[in-house]
Amino acid sequence: MTVGVLALQGDFREHAAMLESIGCNTIEVRTSEDLDTVDALVIPGGESTTIGMLATRYGLMDAMRSRCIDGMPIFGTCAGMIVLAGATSDGNQPQLGVLDALVRRNAFGRQIDSFEATIDVRGLASPMTAVFIRAPWIEKVGADVEVLASVMDSYGGSHPVVVQQGHILATSFHPELTSDTRLHEMFVALISDR
Amino acid sequence: MAPETPAIGSDKVKRGLAEMLKGGVIMDVINAEQAKLAEDAGACAVMSLERVPADIRAQGGIARMADPARTEEIIAAVSIPVMAKSRIGHFVEAQILESLGVDYIDESEVLTPVDRHHIDKHSFTVPFVCGAKDLGEALRRIGEGAAMIRTKGEPGTGDVVEAVRHIRKLNSQVAWLTTLDANEIMNAAKELAAPHDLVQLVASTGTLPVVNFAAGGISTPADAALMMQLGCDGIFVGSGVFKGDNPEQRAAAIVEATTFYEDAERIGKVSRNLGEAMVGINMDELPVSQLMQNRGS
Repeated sequence: MTVGVLALQGDFREHAAMLESIGCNTIEVRTSEDLDTVDALVIPGGESTTIGMLATRYGLMDAMRSRCIDGMPIFGTCAGMIVLAGATSDGNQPQLGVLDALVRRNAFGRQIDSFEATIDVRGLASPMTAVFIRAPWIEKVGADVEVLASVMDSYGGSHPVVVQQGHILATSFHPELTSDTRLHEMFVALISDR
Repeated sequence: MAPETPAIGSDKVKRGLAEMLKGGVIMDVINAEQAKLAEDAGACAVMSLERVPADIRAQGGIARMADPARTEEIIAAVSIPVMAKSRIGHFVEAQILESLGVDYIDESEVLTPVDRHHIDKHSFTVPFVCGAKDLGEALRRIGEGAAMIRTKGEPGTGDVVEAVRHIRKLNSQVAWLTTLDANEIMNAAKELAAPHDLVQLVASTGTLPVVNFAAGGISTPADAALMMQLGCDGIFVGSGVFKGDNPEQRAAAIVEATTFYEDAERIGKVSRNLGEAMVGINMDELPVSQLMQNRGS
């Protein structure tokens, strides 16, 4: 089993290192030929505008979409969540539209509002440290999307930050920047289940 | 559930944004129009400044933080992160930039320094990037709170030789530290004039604790790929885009060469028919008094 990490831009090395540490083979994916060789894909943190645009320019967008529709498991963190989603609430950018959710980019604010917090994730025995960097949150989810964790904004509104829709897993934050491998293990279990 | 006391401005969060920029190109821009062009070409962030280094060199005078109105226009024009330059030691320019909501401050030798002391970057919530010619300088800046490092190179020349020299020096010093035993660390810290705890950390991990980009003189796709192959995490392009022919095409080509930095065929392909690169100044013809890299140390 080989897990690809989309390596156009962003923290793809951290994802690959974390996956290797839990026993996966990984390759960096930059072309549709690379994508053909993988059983699952991680779309890393980075700049979603840049990743979406480069994926389109280099012919990866349609390839990723059709693989995902065929059932390839995908895990997206932060920018990866935005690329997976169906729409953003603030402007158009290339998206796969495979995750039935509306995301708000930079929902918590700009970099000075970026933060670390301890959150509970359904299915995990203890809370995890979540690093939110210019992070998105989810405004609305479709019926097939399961919300595994949410955070409150300063007005008391609750916003999903970890969601799963069948073989698609997405987080607003960056587990790959910590040493907590539990969400990556959850993703690997999705691959093994297929 | 509500996050328990969210921690803003932690080292993790400051260094984390730089992690997200890796493998990407950050472009100098002086207005919203250039910022939009950079974003459309695939830049992962833009850097707001008053004049690009080549113009600062040509026109002389004091180079300062950009007019806040320009920086605000740039912030409004793009969805990617916006960085902005402050003068070395000018903590009030940095306070203003933080209040504007910029995502990163570059305490930069490209602007005219105001102090022999750099800014205490720990006291800010916004993260800082600083230039370094070698490991000691990088660790001093990280000790002051820098969350990202870049080579200094020699800005505004179009000559990449100094950026190459700086990354090679840093790489070889990191490699040297990993060969030392515990008894030798304090003396290494003394030789590098760097904080002991950071020297010890680099000696044990074999890498800087923050992201390290290339900057200074990069003006072609091949230059960008060269710096990536030498181990940089990403690329700053200053004068290289807007002082050359075909800025849109050149910018997109530098982005592609940075992503596919080991694919010579692909870099060759994007390098075709770009027109003239920026005119440039050969480093050997530049008097020492005009070197920007010697500002701050």
